[in-house]
Amino acid sequence: MVRSMLFIPGNNPAMLQNADVFGADAVIIDLEDAVSIQEKDAARILVKAYLESIDHPPMKIYIRINGLDTTDYEKDLQSVVTDQIDGIVLPKAKVCDVERLLTLLYKIESETHMQKIIGIIPIVESAKSVLEIEKLAALSRIQGMLLGAEDLSADMELMRTITGTEIEYPRARMAFACKAYKIDAIDTPFTDTSDNLGLIADCQKAQNLGLNAKAAIHPNQLETIHDVFSPSLQRIEWAKRVLKAAKKADDQGLGVFSLDGKMIDKPIIERATKIMESAKRYRLLPVENA
Amino acid sequence: MLTGIAGTLESNDAMITVTPADKLTIEVKSVVDAFYHDQIVKVIKDTLFDSKIANISVMCQDKGALDYTIRARLLTAISRMEEQNG
Repeated sequence: MVRSMLFIPGNNPAMLQNADVFGADAVIIDLEDAVSIQEKDAARILVKAYLESIDHPPMKIYIRINGLDTTDYEKDLQSVVTDQIDGIVLPKAKVCDVERLLTLLYKIESETHMQKIIGIIPIVESAKSVLEIEKLAALSRIQGMLLGAEDLSADMELMRTITGTEIEYPRARMAFACKAYKIDAIDTPFTDTSDNLGLIADCQKAQNLGLNAKAAIHPNQLETIHDVFSPSLQRIEWAKRVLKAAKKADDQGLGVFSLDGKMIDKPIIERATKIMESAKRYRLLPVENA
Repeated sequence: MLTGIAGTLESNDAMITVTPADKLTIEVKSVVDAFYHDQIVKVIKDTLFDSKIANISVMCQDKGALDYTIRARLLTAISRMEEQNG
C-alpha cells in the first residue's frame, strides 16, 4: 500500500534524476499528458535510459503510458516494461482497455523473459469507468485505482469545485471497491500547488471517504499528503495500548474487555493491528517497535 | 541538410545535434567541461559504438546532464535524423 504517488514528467531529466529523493511512496513517470506530441519519442528513450540506470530505488515506479486510443501506447510499453517498474498506469481505463493491456503485458513479459509480473493501475476518469469500478478492481494484476477528477468532471460536464462535491460519489465508490479487493484507492491530485490548506482539506475529504492515498503533481505536496494519510502519533499510541491490553485479556482468557471505559472486541483489535502495520510500513515507530 | 536534434538547454539536460559525416567528429560544450569533458565524450562514443555508427558529427551542449540523459538525447537525435532520411 502507498500514501503518495508523485507524477514526474517523462521528458524532464532534472525531475527524473531526483525521483528517489522526493520521498514519495511511489512515482508515476508520465509519458502521457506531461509530454508534448513532438517529444513522445524523446521521453520514451529518456525514461528507458533512466530505468536502465537505477538500482533498487526506495520508491515504487509506475509509468503512465499513452491511452490505448493513441498510436503511442505500444511503443511506450515496448520501451518501459522491464523488471525496474512496478506497474503501468492506464489513462481513461475501461474494463476492455485493461483486458487489452493484460494481453500486451503477457506478450512482452514472455518475450523478454521478465522476472517480475507488472501491475496495473487504471485511471478512473470517465462516467463509464465509474460505472465499471467494481469490475476494474476485480481484474487480474490491478494494484490500485486512481481517480482522475479533471477528465471525469469534463466528461460529466461539471465544474471542479474546491469542496469536491462533484467527486464524492466516485471517490466513495472507488474506496469501497478498493477496500473489498485490498488494493490502493488513490485520490485525484490537488491542482493548486500553492494552496496547502486546500490540499489538507482535500486529503481529509478523501481519507474520510476511505481512500488511502493521493496523487501529487509537485514534491511540495508530499509532506501534507503523508501527514494526512499516515496514522497520527495519537492513533499509534492508542493502537499500542489496545494491543497490549488485548494480549493481557487473551492471557486471562477474556474475549471482550474494556479500555478507558470503552468495550474492546475483535473489530477494534483488528483496527489497532492495521494502524500498527501502517505505522511500521511508513517507519513511524521508534526503532524498538519497528 | 539532414539534422537530428534532441534535448533542451535546461539544467540537467543536454541538447544534442547530429548530422551525417564522412568521419567521426564530437564537439562538447559543457557547464562542467573542466571536470567531465572526457566522460561526456566517452558516453557519446560508447553510445555510437552500441548503435554501430562510425561516422557522424555530434555536437553536445551539456547543462549538467547525467550519463543516461546524454545517451538518451543522442539516441533520440540519431533516430530523428534517420527518420528524415526515410
